[in-house]
Amino acid sequence: MATENTIILDGAGVKRALTRIAHEVLERNKGVKDLVLVGIRTGGVHLAHELSLRLEEIEGEKVPVGAVDITLYRDDIKGHAEHLPVGKTEIPFSIEGKKVVLVDDVLFTGRTIRAAMDAIMDHGRPSCIQLAVLVDRGHRDLPIRADFVGRNVPTSLKENITVAFDAANKPTEVVLEK
Amino acid sequence: MNLLIKGGRVVDPSQNIDDSMDLLVEDGRIKEMGKGLKAPAGAEIIDAAGLLVTPGFIDMHVHLRDPGLEYKEDIVTGTRAAAAGGFTSVACMPNTKPVNDNKAITSYIVNKARNEALVNVFPVGSITQGSKGESLAEMGELKESGCVAVSDDGRPVGNGELMRRALEYAKGMGIMVIAHSEELALVGEGVMNEGFTSTELGLKGIPWAAEDVAVARDVYLAEFTGSPLHIAHISTSGSVRIIRNAKARGVKVTCETAPHYFSLTDDAVRGYNTNAKMNPPLREAADVAAIKAGLADGTIDAIATDHAPHHLDEKDVEFNLALNGIVGLETSLPLSLQLVADGVVDLKTLLEKMTCNPAQILGIDRGTLQVGAAADITVIDPAREWVVAAEQLASKSKNSPFIGRKMKGAAVYTIVGGKVVFKR
Amino acid sequence: MPFKHKDIIGLQDLTREEIELLLNTAENLKEINERDIKKVPTLRGKTVVNLFYEASTRTRTSFEIAAKRLSADTINITASTSSVTKGETLSDTARNVLAMKPDIIVMRHAISGAHHYLAQRVSCSVINAGDGAHEHPSQGLLDMLTMRQKFGSLEGLKVAIVGDITHSRVARSNIYGLTKMGANVFLAGPPTMMPPGIERLGNVTVCNDMREAVADADVVMMLRIQLERQGKTLLPTLKEYSRYFGLNNHVLQLAKKDAMVMHPGPINRGVELCSHVADGDQSHILKQVENGVAVRMSMLYHVSGGELATE
Repeated sequence: MATENTIILDGAGVKRALTRIAHEVLERNKGVKDLVLVGIRTGGVHLAHELSLRLEEIEGEKVPVGAVDITLYRDDIKGHAEHLPVGKTEIPFSIEGKKVVLVDDVLFTGRTIRAAMDAIMDHGRPSCIQLAVLVDRGHRDLPIRADFVGRNVPTSLKENITVAFDAANKPTEVVLEK
Repeated sequence: MNLLIKGGRVVDPSQNIDDSMDLLVEDGRIKEMGKGLKAPAGAEIIDAAGLLVTPGFIDMHVHLRDPGLEYKEDIVTGTRAAAAGGFTSVACMPNTKPVNDNKAITSYIVNKARNEALVNVFPVGSITQGSKGESLAEMGELKESGCVAVSDDGRPVGNGELMRRALEYAKGMGIMVIAHSEELALVGEGVMNEGFTSTELGLKGIPWAAEDVAVARDVYLAEFTGSPLHIAHISTSGSVRIIRNAKARGVKVTCETAPHYFSLTDDAVRGYNTNAKMNPPLREAADVAAIKAGLADGTIDAIATDHAPHHLDEKDVEFNLALNGIVGLETSLPLSLQLVADGVVDLKTLLEKMTCNPAQILGIDRGTLQVGAAADITVIDPAREWVVAAEQLASKSKNSPFIGRKMKGAAVYTIVGGKVVFKR
Repeated sequence: MPFKHKDIIGLQDLTREEIELLLNTAENLKEINERDIKKVPTLRGKTVVNLFYEASTRTRTSFEIAAKRLSADTINITASTSSVTKGETLSDTARNVLAMKPDIIVMRHAISGAHHYLAQRVSCSVINAGDGAHEHPSQGLLDMLTMRQKFGSLEGLKVAIVGDITHSRVARSNIYGLTKMGANVFLAGPPTMMPPGIERLGNVTVCNDMREAVADADVVMMLRIQLERQGKTLLPTLKEYSRYFGLNNHVLQLAKKDAMVMHPGPINRGVELCSHVADGDQSHILKQVENGVAVRMSMLYHVSGGELATE
């Protein structure tokens, strides 16, 4: 079966979306004080770094970036014939009392976000967690919504959304596969 | 009940016969051999065209476990297994419970066998009382009550002085000593052959030297005392060499090996297979080759199965805890015929080791189709292919490493004293 | 690279890629042990039975902590407290343990091959925590993880293993693992403790003299010597053993400058290892213990997808 690909965001589109999200984050949090970014492996981590660069450009101050691997927190572990490789969780700073912006590429069922929030909670007690995603494709299984969205894309369950990255882990485009 | 076996290839090493002919049995004895024999009125006729007709096989080393260990095997089931394997006579080892070291036990075995066994049973008494290796058993009385040999099989006579005296005394009584030659200090806690496989499996090894050292001692004691000696279940190339040399210088020593020692190596233990655990242990390829050479050049006189039935509960355990031994009566014939197929020995040489040689060693009037002899006959289909299946074994125990293995050759009639006791 | 085994009986059964996967996962799991809340919910609802037929504080507690950090429920059955002393067979014990519906049985047993026996009879996963003189895969893995942390790769490393090779499951697991990962293993010990054919297990060289094995080595692994277990016929005295096969600073100088000293523990100070070396800068013994938890978490994690992986 041939798949049909539609580019939803091209390189420039992705950049614009990230820049807008950076501004929204700053507006909501009134600056970068106590702000930390935690990306979900692997796409979310790359986007978190992008977001951090933009925040620094705007505010002139570095925002720490951590990475969370949610494999150990999955709720579908029984369904896997063999376990997935475990990625590394690296949060090299305390999140105690921090405002955590969780970053992922695509928001879908919400299960990944649930797992990531559990993982973060196991590292300490942040004052709040906000969610930033590049694409929200709908179909939530859990009562989770994003605080910052690059693009809302209504999809059918058969479709798939991928965020492509280049060799330097810079986002290049968002593709809808039918 | 008379019997005419027609048109088979009759191979009888005791008379140097290998020819297509008929065999007439009357009143339990061989009446006539020859071509075109006429069946007397009322005789049963066995058409043996395409089949081998041989003297009934003799297994000079089995464990019938009766008395005392009947949960593993008894005289009835053990001899049923023998009959199914083509054996018409078995010599049963004395490590029963109690040990067959006296007339009462021997008589029990002889009587039960006479009334219930399917094949001839020749008891072997113990060398020492209780097989404890401390003082000599009453060999005279054992012989008189029916024992054809003495052996402490299962364990060696550790004390050299006692072994010397046993050989001397047995010679005087005219009874054969069968040695279980093993140096226990060298065996230690070993559970399989010492070599690469034991290293890989992390199991304690039994070095070949544990057998060779003891065989050498026993051979020298036989030479020193001038007594005949039979060495049981040899498994190493060293044993073959020691016995070959001893025979060359005129020592009255004979020996046997078991089918597993020329069919398997210690590779069979991989996977911690307790059905490949026996004593002596399965050895390496070079030993297997030496055993075959010993069979070919006559160093090894007899093939005996060392049929050692054990209950599933005694084998279905961790390797170190499993008992030694395997059942062998029902797989010996095809495994031995394989030696002929592989060109190791010719058929007559092989049959010698299963018929007249063990008869001669034990001094029993069996193992021949001579006119007038007891009509113990095995009719074999050498082409018959079958697969060893636990549930089809006649033995009470199923501890065989050959389960699932394809075999070629089977006894189709086992005839004891002119009576068909097994028919396939 | 999926991990397809229901059980981990030995490193002999694993490929280089599978060993790498176990080590990589362990490396990534280490972070959990540094947290304030040292727990992830991964194996929530799973039951791990630690069935120990041989005394072992360190391996048992390490497996127990590993299971607990993955949120599994753990049950410890040791020979001294269970019916095994009443003569129950392994087969019956296994049946009874199975009635508790465990997902993983971690077993230590004095008889080589006991785990093959168990694994063939139970549907749950079996992890070998040491069987007789056969294998001790978690020790082999944690040793390799410790070496990898220092050297980055095991490829081409010279690893000397010194002591009673015959009775050592640690040596066998390390030989299988290290040679698969491209290391060169050199063995030394008295000939009474060197099993036949050991050099055929992998890329292994047997040395007569300990100094030959240690010369230019990247890693020197000393094995525990136990006179009570090894019997009186194998050695004259511990003093003589120590003189020819013990590691002291003098012998260690023959190794590479920053060579690692390892020992599976517990140490007999002054016998196979002098205290200067055991407590010296080059000793990685405590690092080994620390890595043990992560390695065992990795093993528990990878076999726990077991039921479906057997098809």
